Amino acid sequence: MSTGATRETDRDRSPVTGVDVCVVGAGPAGALVADRLAGEHEVVVLDAGPRFDPADRLRRQERAIRPAYDRPDVWDGGGDRDAYSASGEWFYPLNHARVKGIGGSTLHWQGMVMRLHEDDFRSGSTRGVGPDWPIGYDDLRPYYAAAETELGVAGANDNPFGPPRDQPHPMPAFEPSYSDSLFAEACDELGIAMHSVPNARASESYEGRSACVGYGTCQPVCPSGAKYDATVHVERAEEQGVTVIDRAQVQRLEHGSDRVEAAVYATPDGEHRQSADVFVLACGGVETARLLLLSASEQYPDGLANTSGRVGSYFFDHLFAGVGGVLDEPTRQNHVGFLTSESHQFYDEADADVGPFKLEFFNYAGPSPVELALTGDDWGDDLLGRVRSAYGNHVAIGALVEQLPRPDSYVGLDPEQTDEHGNPVPDVHWTVGDRALATIERANERQREILETLGAEITWTVGPEDTGPAYHHMGTTRMGTDPEHSVVDPACRTHDLENCWIASSSVFPTGGATNPTLTIAALALRTADAVDAALTGDSF
Amino acid sequence: MELTRRDAVAALAAIAGGGATVAVSERVGENGDPREPELPDDERVQGALVAVAEVVYPGELSGVETFVTAFVGSRLSTEPHASGLRAAVATLDDLAERWHGDRVAELPPETRERLLGEVGADTAESDPDGTDAERVRYYVVNELLLALYTSPTGGELVGIENPQGHPGGVESYQRGPR
Repeated sequence: MSTGATRETDRDRSPVTGVDVCVVGAGPAGALVADRLAGEHEVVVLDAGPRFDPADRLRRQERAIRPAYDRPDVWDGGGDRDAYSASGEWFYPLNHARVKGIGGSTLHWQGMVMRLHEDDFRSGSTRGVGPDWPIGYDDLRPYYAAAETELGVAGANDNPFGPPRDQPHPMPAFEPSYSDSLFAEACDELGIAMHSVPNARASESYEGRSACVGYGTCQPVCPSGAKYDATVHVERAEEQGVTVIDRAQVQRLEHGSDRVEAAVYATPDGEHRQSADVFVLACGGVETARLLLLSASEQYPDGLANTSGRVGSYFFDHLFAGVGGVLDEPTRQNHVGFLTSESHQFYDEADADVGPFKLEFFNYAGPSPVELALTGDDWGDDLLGRVRSAYGNHVAIGALVEQLPRPDSYVGLDPEQTDEHGNPVPDVHWTVGDRALATIERANERQREILETLGAEITWTVGPEDTGPAYHHMGTTRMGTDPEHSVVDPACRTHDLENCWIASSSVFPTGGATNPTLTIAALALRTADAVDAALTGDSF
Repeated sequence: MELTRRDAVAALAAIAGGGATVAVSERVGENGDPREPELPDDERVQGALVAVAEVVYPGELSGVETFVTAFVGSRLSTEPHASGLRAAVATLDDLAERWHGDRVAELPPETRERLLGEVGADTAESDPDGTDAERVRYYVVNELLLALYTSPTGGELVGIENPQGHPGGVESYQRGPR
């Protein structure tokens, strides 16, 4: 049983007539596209997951805190709908990495939103590895600014290593934490600059959203709504007349030789067929590729929009590197669930052997007292003593590390396993590569240096041997100018189909080392403009 | 350190109606009454949890009865969590009567603690749909610990004014130790 999500058959999920644009996926990309096109065009959005009740978020928060629940339980994930395989060299925990439903994975994301650096768009040219993007930072620059306004970003223009900006963030940055001040002393000594973190989280009330009240469970659920999630734009789109259909799992795209004609979707009350002039696929880095592969036909035997053979290829994520320890003084952790300081100082030292990475100074190092209290086999004074001794003096530094696209890292279909509708499940075949592992080692060196200068006793390291993904799915429908080597063109329209666009991190040729959602949002806004131009006959 | 009604309200603001997924229909009697006839009423559930809190809460706390009564009273107003909570108390009381001759609220503190150990609630995983021990751990022991350690007073016991789950604002994380 789900908590607070719409029930199976209490809504009309039949298709809409006279639709200009059908968007598949109601995460941030799909919601932004729908909102931007609303009013001017008839838009319908289909999403495989349910519409969650905002009033139910405290119950979901309780699930996030109580040890009886696993991470996918918080947003009703898992089960036959979300079955998958992970056949790669590295296991990929897909259902920990996504939420299906209206709002998508922004419902459980951390909410860090920084722009890619200029060199990230020209990795091949400046770093000697990976492809260049067919667009540059300047192409996305106005859309980055627009995305920061749309998402409501709290930030400051204090990152000396970041790309150029034209205007301030819409809200002031969150103040540094007490533990930031401890790190600052060590970083000053080492000549490492710290700066603020841009957060898609309201530092003051913003367009009807509450300012952050410090629940401390940002990832995986923000009960106050201070953290941006894509329900903001879904609701705004609906107010402008967009139809959003939940529990509508698109099975395949019906098509001719150069156009998508309809999305066939399964609902609790049966299968339907949604026609439209234009289709925008916004199902993330895994399901977008899967849907195209599931839509194979005589015309496209290897999958729709896959003349290049690249659909599903080059799946990549960011890797985590971390070092933590304890001090002999209080560090005041776990009051909030977000970060306030990071450093991009080493980001643009990247070359062919070591990739870009950024350092993140944790505000939630070590265990949370309530989570400690709910585990263990003691209670009363013994439990209190255990919590008091385990909480209070932890410190940790994380890092986000670039992984390059590789041909042996991909999303395919697993013919041996099917979902609830009999479709092959996605197979996330994830391979990491030596450069990313070398980058993790470099990040660990910097992290250890800072903690040792701080006087910490180092108690754990997440290094090349035990790293994991940051849950940023990228690369599986690469953007490029050459139809033989890419899936979408620089406007994010598929090379093969003239009325099919993709709004997703799946179009990223490379991922840099910044959290991807702001770039997803900027590309989505740009894609919406391209779709609008195509529908109105304007140039783009 | 004293627990107050304000702490109970704060804990409820954090965790509201409960995270359990037990379906109401599984607990509904044949006559459609949402409570099985044998399930305990509010007063009995509150009494049982106050009695258990006196075991699982630290000795330095006062105001436990006020805090637990207010907290549990509100949790009993929200299904499906309330049905699971009542059923777990019914199980605990049944075992208490069989093994020690009386309901948990009527037992002396040492016997209550022994009972919880005999049930296995100290070492069991918490699971709202699990065994008797797992349900008692989830609905009784962890219910009480969750309420305490997400409240301001519970947080202060361990040195954090804004514990996870409590909407205590965005100032305390900036402050150094006092």
